[in-house]
Amino acid sequence: MKHGSALLLVAIAAGALALVPLLAPPFYANLLVPFYGYAIALLGFNLLFGYSGLLSFGHALFLGLGAYTAAVVAGVWGIKEFEVALLAAALAGLIVALPLGWLAVRYRGIFFGMLTLAYGMLAHAVLFKFYHLTGGDSGMRVPRMHLLGLEFAAYNKIELLAGPFYYYCLTLCALAAFLMWRIVRSPFGLHLRSLRDNAQKAEYLGVRVHQFRLAAFAISGIYGAVGGTILGFRTGLADPELVYWTHSGHLVFMTVLGGFSSFLGPVIGALALTLLQDQLQSLTQYWRLVLGAILALVVIFLPRGLAGLAIDVSLLLGRRSAPSTASTTETA
Amino acid sequence: MPAAISAIANVLIGGIFHAAVLFLVAAGLQLVFGVQKIVNLACGSFYALGAYFGITLVNFGLGAGLPDWTLLPLLVLAGLLMVVIGPPIERLLRAVYDRDESFQLLLTFALVLMFQDIFRLVWGANPRSLNNVHLVYGKWTVGDFSVPVYNLLVIGAALLTAFLIGLFLKHTTFGRLLRATAENRAMAEALGVNVRAVYAAVFTLGTLLGTLGGALVVPTAAASLDMAVEFVIEAFAVVVIGGLGSMPGALAGAGLVGLIRAGALVLYPEFEILAIYLIVIGVLLLKPSGLFGKPAA
Repeated sequence: MKHGSALLLVAIAAGALALVPLLAPPFYANLLVPFYGYAIALLGFNLLFGYSGLLSFGHALFLGLGAYTAAVVAGVWGIKEFEVALLAAALAGLIVALPLGWLAVRYRGIFFGMLTLAYGMLAHAVLFKFYHLTGGDSGMRVPRMHLLGLEFAAYNKIELLAGPFYYYCLTLCALAAFLMWRIVRSPFGLHLRSLRDNAQKAEYLGVRVHQFRLAAFAISGIYGAVGGTILGFRTGLADPELVYWTHSGHLVFMTVLGGFSSFLGPVIGALALTLLQDQLQSLTQYWRLVLGAILALVVIFLPRGLAGLAIDVSLLLGRRSAPSTASTTETA
Repeated sequence: MPAAISAIANVLIGGIFHAAVLFLVAAGLQLVFGVQKIVNLACGSFYALGAYFGITLVNFGLGAGLPDWTLLPLLVLAGLLMVVIGPPIERLLRAVYDRDESFQLLLTFALVLMFQDIFRLVWGANPRSLNNVHLVYGKWTVGDFSVPVYNLLVIGAALLTAFLIGLFLKHTTFGRLLRATAENRAMAEALGVNVRAVYAAVFTLGTLLGTLGGALVVPTAAASLDMAVEFVIEAFAVVVIGGLGSMPGALAGAGLVGLIRAGALVLYPEFEILAIYLIVIGVLLLKPSGLFGKPAA
């Protein structure tokens, strides 16, 4: 796949997504709203995992942080502007990620994973137990907010989610993806990859290992919190389940399903899992069994995920017409 | 006995009972991590499997007319029988032994998802329990303080298991082979150790510790769909505090976590889980190898 054709595919996909509220019943647009939340969060998550080689098993912490920030901004303080909630969430993500990241980036591999897992469980314990502050297991309400100063009073919640909010999220996701593309293509992104592949050699060449990893952690925290704000707005609720370790596991699941060695892999994974889970849930109450089996199969047979599969297929097709080199969208 | 002392004794014995079960599951996690370098998230599911099957077997056995005192033997038998799932799962994991640890972790996470629905399929979504059958062994009472003898038996069984594992690892040929493989897999393989067989045996033993722990705990607590994910995370805290891969660490970590939980429940309930993860983070930051682990390479 050449650069131009990859860009064309992305444009077609974005165009198709933009048509969903117009052509499909509101149910589908509503279903895709959390996909945008996850897509943004996973773009950040993969800066850590795919590009820096740091597997966080507590990243749902930041999704929860975003949702709870929205609940505080709109519910407790009564500021009904979604943009304020987004900015506050991004700021909260940064403020929380800096100390946590500062402590965590000294480790990698299994120790980094365990430390971030413990962060997530610590956050869960705080949210769950401090009932008077956080509402305990029933969580905090995230009230309806204005988008770009418009109230959309004539829309009910479903219409708001399937219409204006859908396009709002699509735009936000596109902006986040563009920004992340610039980040991973910058010298900063190159530094991160060099650290992933050989930290010792990179350090020898003068790369400041901890500072770069900390910056990646902070950026992924901000992305996670912004994604969490979307999830909170959609369900109208911020609850402790958002930060539980199994939710973090689902983030890793989506990333591996889509393929963490491709820039858009995690986004593809988020879309695939959102649609798959919806289909399975309507077919059987034992959807976790099927989902688990799919995850096992992907881990064993498709280590580069759906994106890797797509690249292989397109290479195979391309070879038939004209010889082509490896894709530009691969990070490795 | 004065009321204050018996209250403290109640808390202590509750904490030690919890620690005993935690130790069994954590020991399974430690064995598998120590030798195979895999963090097995599914060990919580083995624990839940032991619990569910324990209920089934006890109901079947007592329903078929066995005397009540066969409860404990039946539960141990349930744990032993469920070990059959160990070898096929080990066979599945073989596919990712040479891969990055994130893939190994994810494959065990896939098992967690699948097991949860298998439990739902077989035993239903509602929690299942054995109604106070464990009081068949009576209660041990001193003044205001009283504890079911069953709980003491479980504590004894866990200590006995710890002792046997220690004996097995230190003083048997297979235990030595196992430790050699944990220490340096390539060297062990070069010297003729059948690493594949060692892995299969270790994983099966780890599975057994999980199913046994679950079977033993079920008379005192209901078996539910959430117990797997809740318990594996606590066992994880135990192994981190004790030191990854270390058996004495599992014992010390389980004791610490059990007592902290029991103590916090009395003193300051909000702090119960929080305290454990603060300690986990503290240990990881100050001494990542844990209280008993070797320094990480």
